[in-house]
Amino acid sequence: MDARLLRTPLFDWHVSHGGRMVDFAGWAMPVQYASIIQEHLAIRSAVGMADISHMGRLRFEGPGAAVFLAELLTRRVADMELGQIRYSLVTNDAGGILDDVLVGYYHNSHGQPFFLVVVNAGNRAKIVDWVYAHLPRERAEQPGQEIIWADVSRLWAMFAIQGPRSVELLQPLVDVDLQSMRYYRGAQALILHPAAKRQGGIISRTGYTGEDGFELSLGASIAPGVWEALVELGKPLGAVPAGLGARDTLRLEAGMPLYGHELSEQINPFQVGLGFACHLVGYDFPGRNALLDIQKEPPRSVRVGLEMSPGTRAARQGCTILAGGRTVGQVTSGTYSPSLGRPIAMGYVAAEFSRPGAELQVDIRGRVESARVVELPFYRRNKPATGGRAPK
Amino acid sequence: MPQDLRYSKTHEWVRVETDSAGGKIATVGLTAFALEMLTDLVHVELPKVGREVKAGQPFGEIESVKAVSDLYSPVDGRIAAVNDTLAGNLEHLGKDPYQTGWFVKIKIGDEAGLAELLDEEAYKKQCEEEEH
Repeated sequence: MDARLLRTPLFDWHVSHGGRMVDFAGWAMPVQYASIIQEHLAIRSAVGMADISHMGRLRFEGPGAAVFLAELLTRRVADMELGQIRYSLVTNDAGGILDDVLVGYYHNSHGQPFFLVVVNAGNRAKIVDWVYAHLPRERAEQPGQEIIWADVSRLWAMFAIQGPRSVELLQPLVDVDLQSMRYYRGAQALILHPAAKRQGGIISRTGYTGEDGFELSLGASIAPGVWEALVELGKPLGAVPAGLGARDTLRLEAGMPLYGHELSEQINPFQVGLGFACHLVGYDFPGRNALLDIQKEPPRSVRVGLEMSPGTRAARQGCTILAGGRTVGQVTSGTYSPSLGRPIAMGYVAAEFSRPGAELQVDIRGRVESARVVELPFYRRNKPATGGRAPK
Repeated sequence: MPQDLRYSKTHEWVRVETDSAGGKIATVGLTAFALEMLTDLVHVELPKVGREVKAGQPFGEIESVKAVSDLYSPVDGRIAAVNDTLAGNLEHLGKDPYQTGWFVKIKIGDEAGLAELLDEEAYKKQCEEEEH
């Protein structure tokens, strides 16, 4: 393992528990412990936990924070209530996607409100630079308009606890009522375990698996102890630690885009189906004018889901999508779906071939296989989380 | 890890036997180490009987949830038999990789490739290095 890779607070735990460590966006992360399929299915049927401490987390506070974030993000934040979380994008001046983020509005134990923006690990440096470049320095120095911000990614660990039994697993560890917490809501919570040394954390009903679940941000120093407590508490529930491999197959089944695959600076939000995350009227942010123009025409190339017959090879990122021998698009992510037992993929195709049911082909390493356009997501859980409405 | 087998650097095991006509047959599979590294196998592509194969060239591929890997022929020759039961039993392949888990039998044309293969000790050493 490359010693220059960044390590999460759980690095030693991963290594000593058989985690296969890979370089993910400059971090040494476990891609799997034993089997990706087993980890995947445990999260679908019971619960699993993943170390996601590599996620970038930027914290903004001060009276000028809300105004500044509204000038940076595609989605309005000024009207957010405490405890609310929104999915948003950061776009460049041309309307291309710089990152997709979750913005949460919380208050700390002293009642001080702050925003927490969770960014992709691979985009953290880019977004930090983008924040610096757009920070209104003069205004931020004016009394009553101060903006205080910090990259807290390496101070805080972050766990994803996902699966239908995640409330059961997590409830004994936190002092907030998880059952009544709505989807895309979060709260500052006290972590009720001696290993947490009476520290708190931020718990939110969010995730990247298509399953009910939570994400917990907590201090790096207490993270290993709390993680071990979770592992122990989880054993009778069938909980397993899960690596990035299962995280990828889970998000793919859930039809969730991933930066570097479905999302890039060459892709605009309308192509992905993320128009809902762009508030263009009455707001101004980089890319807003470009997006107003782009929005006038329907996108020529759009994101689709592709399903293939069981027993076929899986289409992977970069494979060409064909219609009757003609190139009409490209695969951005593909895998074998453990829940469906067949290969699935996402990609971009010319709009006229994007209708669900369209019969297309994919060139997989020189051999053409049939693929059918299907509605996203590929997998939908049976019961929605209490309250709240899932974002598109 | 059986001692009577030879191993390729690309993690195929090879068992060489003499057939009734005095020709040499190489039975080829993937080692337990390789299967352990791959995990989550979902698909295997094997050649048709009769196809010519070349030492060091791919004769098929094996796919896991994460990735696709080529299967390399250790010798020049012609595919004499293919294990048709593999595709339906990929999840059990790791239980018996050296007997029921064979992939193909190759009628050896040129034995030169065999000299390149590793014995058990040398292969074990390579695996240990790859683990670090």
